[in-house]
Amino acid sequence: MESTNVYAYKLITRKEYFSPGHRACQGCAEALAVRLVAKAMGRDTIVASATGCMEIISSPMPFTNWRVPWIHVAFENAAAVASGVEAGIKVLMRKGRIPKKRINFLAMAGDGGTSDIGVQALSGALERGHDFTYICYDNEAYMNTGIQRSSSTPFGAATTTSPAGRVVPGQITWKKNMPEIAAAHNIPYVATACPSYPVDLIEKVKKAAGIKGPAYVHILSVCPTGWRLPPHQAIKAGRFAVETGIFPLYEVEKGRYRFTVKIGNLRPVGDYLKMQGRFSHLDEKLIDTIQKRVDKEYGKLKKKIEQGD
Amino acid sequence: MGNRIGLEVSLSAAEAVKMADVDCIAAYPITPQTHIVEHLSELVNDGQLDAEFIPVESEHSAMSVCAGVSAAGARVFTCTSSQGLALMNEIVHIVASMRLPIVTILANRSLSGPISIWNDHTDVMSIRDCGWIQVFVNNGQEVFDHVLFGFRVAESQNVMLPLMIHMDGFILTHVIEPVEMWEKEQVERYLPPFKPVHSLHPDKPVTMGGVGMPYIFSEAKVAQDEPLIQSKGEIISAWKELGDIVGRYYNPVETYKSDDAETLFITQGSYGETVSMVVDELRDEGKSVGLVMDRLWRPFPFDEFREAVKNANNLIVIDRAISYGGQGGPLAIELRAVLYKTKNQPNITNFICGLAGRDVTVDDFKRMYERSMEKIKTNPLEEDYEYYGVRGK
Repeated sequence: MESTNVYAYKLITRKEYFSPGHRACQGCAEALAVRLVAKAMGRDTIVASATGCMEIISSPMPFTNWRVPWIHVAFENAAAVASGVEAGIKVLMRKGRIPKKRINFLAMAGDGGTSDIGVQALSGALERGHDFTYICYDNEAYMNTGIQRSSSTPFGAATTTSPAGRVVPGQITWKKNMPEIAAAHNIPYVATACPSYPVDLIEKVKKAAGIKGPAYVHILSVCPTGWRLPPHQAIKAGRFAVETGIFPLYEVEKGRYRFTVKIGNLRPVGDYLKMQGRFSHLDEKLIDTIQKRVDKEYGKLKKKIEQGD
Repeated sequence: MGNRIGLEVSLSAAEAVKMADVDCIAAYPITPQTHIVEHLSELVNDGQLDAEFIPVESEHSAMSVCAGVSAAGARVFTCTSSQGLALMNEIVHIVASMRLPIVTILANRSLSGPISIWNDHTDVMSIRDCGWIQVFVNNGQEVFDHVLFGFRVAESQNVMLPLMIHMDGFILTHVIEPVEMWEKEQVERYLPPFKPVHSLHPDKPVTMGGVGMPYIFSEAKVAQDEPLIQSKGEIISAWKELGDIVGRYYNPVETYKSDDAETLFITQGSYGETVSMVVDELRDEGKSVGLVMDRLWRPFPFDEFREAVKNANNLIVIDRAISYGGQGGPLAIELRAVLYKTKNQPNITNFICGLAGRDVTVDDFKRMYERSMEKIKTNPLEEDYEYYGVRGK
């Protein structure tokens, strides 16, 4: 398995649809994820992006990093804009005004644009059944505006609106489970991914794009700036998130759950938490609280996978 | 000549949308717009209109879907009202800056609060500066004609701007009026298929809606304002051609017995028809009264308006919205600015009336005329305005 994975990287297309020269921070794993997603979706893709880091770093007029058609309208409506693009292209093809061919429709947003302000538009688009892929690039806070907490910020993390205070130890709510919320819409495909596992990520995005109907991919995107860790550790942090069971890599295809990256013995959560400045204030007791929660959530997911539903 | 039939105005609006052969409709229900989208869904589900009907989960998404459809190069329609417009407000502004030729009917209704479903123009005035072309219509026939006119103007490659048709809620949306349908051949002659300047397609990738940093933002805004101002030429020629095809001619400013009148009523929307009766009755009483109706709201027809009022001594401006703490109703504020620096400035009296559907009758307008004549004698101040018919005032 190991050796085929080494070979698999050579099969990834060398074509770039998200070009170099963008303005993301050093070590931004979200920009890496965007690049991999663009490769996986391919040339015949139209992207609708929410406001956020990826929009500002890639589209300062009159420049663009997008080699595929790309539109940005606002923060909370990427799913609705993608719905419109998909419907518009579909009807133009049906009426014979543009040639028929397969085009992938991609909506992309950060965790704020997905799990907070954009959750309504996303739910609407999933329920209506548009043929599109929605990707949430989850860096676990509003990084673009200066590291404010979102509903996707994990318990214990310090942000600029959930600071580690003398009384309140940072974020005191548990991360909203967006993949489960997407799966509850009974859409054909839901997956989690992380650019620290690029082949897994590309496979899932390809699957999502190929499936008819809505697909949702939730990508954990390490943000060295906001997570307070050195840029060169971004990939490692992503691996630790998976290896600790904090962010398991799985997919839900037509309702069936499956781990795509199997972890034998889970690494203790402390390994992941202690490498990041945003968790540096946590004491052993809080780390234990997080460990217990991760064990419980991971157990629930494992049960679903074992039951095959 | 098309068939002349009696039809609820909302239904005739939907029929006009069908004749425009729209590709997509984004629809969300809100009183009093709802009959338009209901009828459109019937037309689509009965196979009479080949379009994607997208029943979105909010007005914010309605306008967002419209943005996506239009950017893909397809013709799109939506309609809304009041709170719906307030919710989609953010996107209303953005699609103008993106030059997306979306056509929307606004069934005019008061903005909350207190919550009310009834008609006035407070919703209209909340988006006065949104960058859309905005026209008022007075009756069902005008609604029908202006849907086709709307797509024709908005999609013109010299214009490429969204266009909003202001239609009084209930007073128009829910009444049955005679409407002359267009022949298919007339529509084909008047409204060519939509040919976007740019559209989203993998064969020719474009980036739409990029970030405007300070070094480019002002240039982008000027590039938005200039075509809106210049769209007046296309608007006037589209009205002229509409008249040549169906025999109904429209103007930026409509007048009724205004040439020799000492006093002019100034209205927007369906009140114009009531006031034209008031003008007739007052003239029978020997009073020198006329009417000027503002049809084109944005871009504002400065020259046409100054020309229409140049012989009048007194203007009675009827506003159906409030500019809290301002210099009167929004229409009066606009007109005072337009007339600043003109010679022989007329007296302006401003009445705010008919809020949230309160009836304003012929007699009410006559009383406003009398009140106006009284007020002029006392030399009202610039910022003077009066709520008409409010208890305790």
